[in-house]
Amino acid sequence: MTDVTDKPDTTDRPSKARSLTTRSSLVWLAIVAFTLLLLFLRTAAPWLITYPDGWILPITGTMNIAMDWLVAETGEFFRSVSTALEVPMSGVRNLLNWLPWSVTLLLLAITAYAASGWRLAVFTVFAIGYMVVVGLWTESMNSLALVVMSVPLAVFIGFMFGALAFFYPRAERAIISMLDVLQTVPAFAYLLPILLLFGFGAVVGLIASILFAFPPMVRNTLLGLRRVPPEVIESGLMSGATARQLFFLVRVPSALRQILLGINQTTMAAFSMVVIASIIGGSSDVGWEVLSAMRKARFGESLVAGIVIALMAMVMDRITAGFANKDTDDFTKGDGSFFQRHRYLTIAAIGTVVLFALSAVLPMLRVYPEGWEYDPSGPLNTAIDYLIVEYAALIGLIKTWAFFFLMLPMKIGLEQTISPFSWGFEFTTERKLMYAAAAVLATALAWFRWGANGAVVTSLFLVTIFFGITKLPWPAVIAAITFLAWQLAGARMAAGVLACLAFLLLSGVWPQTMLSVYLCGIAVILSFALGTSLGILAAEFNPVSQVLRPICDTLQTMPLFVLLIPFVMIFKIGEFTALLAIMAYATVPAIRYAEHGLRSVSADAVEAADCMGCTRWQLLTRVKIPLAKPVMMLGLNQTIMYGISMLVIAALVGTSGLGQQVYIGLGDADFGVGMTAGIGMAIIAIVADRLTQAWSKKHQAELGITPP
Amino acid sequence: MTVTDSTRVKLSCRNVWKVYGDNPTSWFTSKDNPANPADLAERIRTCGSIPAAADVSFDVNVGEIFVIMGLSGSGKSTVVRCLSRLVEPTHGEVILDGENLLEKNRKQLIDIRRHKMGMVFQSFGLLPHLTVAENIAFPLRLQGLSKTEQRERAARVIELVGLEGRESSFPRQLSGGQQQRVGIARSLAVEPELWLLDEPFSALDPLIRRQMQDEFLRIQSALKKSIVFITHDFLEALRIADRMMIMRDGMVVQIGTPAELIVNPADDYVAEFTSDVPLVRVLLAGDVMQTGHTVSDDMPRVASTTTVEAILPELATHEGGVAVSDGGNIVGVVTPGSVISALAREAASRESQSAELASRGIAAQS
Ligand SMILES: Nc1ncnc2c1ncn2[C@@H]1O[C@H](COP(=O)(O)OP(=O)(O)OP(=O)(O)O)[C@@H](O)[C@H]1O
Ligand SMILES: [Mg+2]
Repeated sequence: MTDVTDKPDTTDRPSKARSLTTRSSLVWLAIVAFTLLLLFLRTAAPWLITYPDGWILPITGTMNIAMDWLVAETGEFFRSVSTALEVPMSGVRNLLNWLPWSVTLLLLAITAYAASGWRLAVFTVFAIGYMVVVGLWTESMNSLALVVMSVPLAVFIGFMFGALAFFYPRAERAIISMLDVLQTVPAFAYLLPILLLFGFGAVVGLIASILFAFPPMVRNTLLGLRRVPPEVIESGLMSGATARQLFFLVRVPSALRQILLGINQTTMAAFSMVVIASIIGGSSDVGWEVLSAMRKARFGESLVAGIVIALMAMVMDRITAGFANKDTDDFTKGDGSFFQRHRYLTIAAIGTVVLFALSAVLPMLRVYPEGWEYDPSGPLNTAIDYLIVEYAALIGLIKTWAFFFLMLPMKIGLEQTISPFSWGFEFTTERKLMYAAAAVLATALAWFRWGANGAVVTSLFLVTIFFGITKLPWPAVIAAITFLAWQLAGARMAAGVLACLAFLLLSGVWPQTMLSVYLCGIAVILSFALGTSLGILAAEFNPVSQVLRPICDTLQTMPLFVLLIPFVMIFKIGEFTALLAIMAYATVPAIRYAEHGLRSVSADAVEAADCMGCTRWQLLTRVKIPLAKPVMMLGLNQTIMYGISMLVIAALVGTSGLGQQVYIGLGDADFGVGMTAGIGMAIIAIVADRLTQAWSKKHQAELGITPP
Repeated sequence: MTVTDSTRVKLSCRNVWKVYGDNPTSWFTSKDNPANPADLAERIRTCGSIPAAADVSFDVNVGEIFVIMGLSGSGKSTVVRCLSRLVEPTHGEVILDGENLLEKNRKQLIDIRRHKMGMVFQSFGLLPHLTVAENIAFPLRLQGLSKTEQRERAARVIELVGLEGRESSFPRQLSGGQQQRVGIARSLAVEPELWLLDEPFSALDPLIRRQMQDEFLRIQSALKKSIVFITHDFLEALRIADRMMIMRDGMVVQIGTPAELIVNPADDYVAEFTSDVPLVRVLLAGDVMQTGHTVSDDMPRVASTTTVEAILPELATHEGGVAVSDGGNIVGVVTPGSVISALAREAASRESQSAELASRGIAAQS
């Protein structure tokens, strides 16, 4: 795994490039032939498709033994940490629950106003009001308590690591690799060891959310400290700053904006993990509310609670981002009376006292009367039921079509999908031969049109949809991916990728991996196509951009969990729902990067093309898109990353594959199973990440563009 | 321009080297390296290291404005940073008030920076989160002075640079010229004796630059600091320099007064710098006057160190000429005719110099 993290060091010399291309095309053809050969042999040697159980190494068992040992040796320590944390945890929780809702509302509204003005304050009042009125106050405060506890700790830890990495380059390398791992291993996978070490309870959510939330703080701290201009440092030194003064009075304040952005990202990550962690239950928070309602198919309730999560996320995001983007001069500084300098504090203090006094007289200001609550889930349920019944035919049609014409062919291949029941005809040998002939023809055409690479891609695609991703022989898949890695980034990368794939095979999660790859693959391809098209539209037409931007913002701040709700409501549990949920999330980066790439094409190139008399369409297709391609490729990379992170969450709505495996591990407290699956997901993410990055770097080098 | 106390040396830079590269000190410890600095610098360069400053030596007198000039990358910033040890010199000595700065420990260095040195930067180096007043008081705050003292001393320099009324603005709300005034004020707040300015006006547009130079001269005439000033604009150097130093590839090419450099450039590199300078700005009344003229009483009087440029308006209204005095005695008269003939003479000598350079260049090529 360490090999993969190294930068590729091969650069083809131009004179050799051509012969290398033809040679690698030959290897690719050999791989296609090899695949077909293995498929031909599959009845005689079924182990080519299904890796035999007998060959699986006892990796999960060993992990369990190691974990048991660890728990036995150190369990005491971790459990005492857990007990120690329990005290402030329940303190915060009790405080938030004890505070009259009216006081909390006032304090948050004043904070929102201080952060970015009255619009956010009004929105905050609305959001808090919603939580109170629908009767989810306690649950919301329980979730908030976890965030309130974990954010300061995560910020502190992140800042320390960031500063450490800034001062010690050696530490930096170690810290950055640690962050890479923490950010690619799916969140659920480390719920499991935490659960085993710290025992059940809200503390698990706290620790998981700290672990999940501190990496962005490290990165932003490091970035901010790095970006302080050298002349600012020098002027600090010339002012006679000691080392300590230079750090706290010059570097940190100059980097403050970036650090505040880090706090914003950390808060969002912490909240999203708090919501995810609620699947282990035990803290009666909003996440649990959503999940348990969803499991009982009570979508109204689930939606109502989901909206609470969405509102909380938006309020937290806007408030923290508001402070980060604020001009320092808005804070009244220096002279002025005490009241002027601390006007927000003063108002807050006076308001709190007044509200406390009032709530002694009017108890509804302390605890919102149950009789006044309005739970919209009843009518919502009715409405949802009505919609589903009314459009049952349409929904069914969409599902079947997607299933028979998209998902099954990718999963198990046309070979097994086509039947009178699904496609309306038998896939006879003649028809199969016709498909083969058409495939050969298409490959030849592709060769003619796009050269050898085009032919290879076409033939691989046609082979894959005929046999299905999960039915491909594993030696062929391994050979293809390893060679791709070698071609894109050299021998070291290839060796690393090979080791990763071997782990998947030997630990026995190959079939699950292929299921995950299949689902994520479709989602990524569709999201990328959809997102890029939308991004192009947004770059060309400003109104489109204005509509899309807030939608993208919202989707990105949402805890992933919430995105599941609307799709589960309509399409019920299943792979198609998971696909849609993944797409909803993974389309965002594709849109963003496509738009950004097109909009940042150099104005000179566009002007030059204009002068040559390009039409708008030519300008787009011949000039802008080729120049924006590297940025769009980075978008693909992000699409894959987003897809994978959502894939794990989507396992909640019934997918098979690694995500499900993680849950099984979590449910049975089987560390080995959960962890292998978690590592498997991390491997998919890392391999996909490194390969797309290498690809995009190669493209950029060819175009002579430096990355943005 | 300002009266200098040339008997006292404030700062002395002796054989200072700064080499960027692997194991830079080895160049000065092993015996088999060339002794001649130029050869050593060449050797260092061919071995892949960068001699950013090579054997730089000069003195700055008390109250003097010493200007360093050179093309981009010639090592000006490196030298001035060696003087304050923002860059640690690889070799050599920097002597401030008779004490070697390079032998000071960290604490002493901080003390020297807090009380004896001020520095102004090309891109201002202001702290974005502090107001004008706070930026200016920042060095005082680091010293732990009381709030009232900080405020008093800051107010004094704020007035000096003409920033009254902007005290509570933030740097990004100011124009470039105003930001540099803050930079200047901050460097002066500690009342330093040695004032270092690294291209302080290069980021400003020409009109503002001119205005800032006037301000700078006004401040200096009041404060009489010892100054090292970097610029790559010869006209700027001409306006402010008492003496100047030209650098190329880390080495000192020539040190002298601006007029010396123009009249006797050490080589074509220096001549190239001075070639664009209008002669009227360089030639002084003493250079163009004629002796033996009768001096009438209605003639205006000018000092012999006045530039021709400054006399031109007088000449336009007094065709009979202008009397030149030196220490109270009339030493000669400048007339329109004497100016024209002096200009013709100098221009011809420049012409022949460059012709000579050109022919030497051709000879070298063939
Ligand atoms: N930290 C460094 N590491 C390596 N080389 C450096 C470093 N700092 C400066 N140099 C090199 O030293 C040489 C002199 O740089 P310096 O900044 O002193 O030039 P300068 O005369 O101030 O130029 P400018 O007019 O552009 O400011 C340059 O060749 C530069 O590349
Ligand atoms: Mg410089």
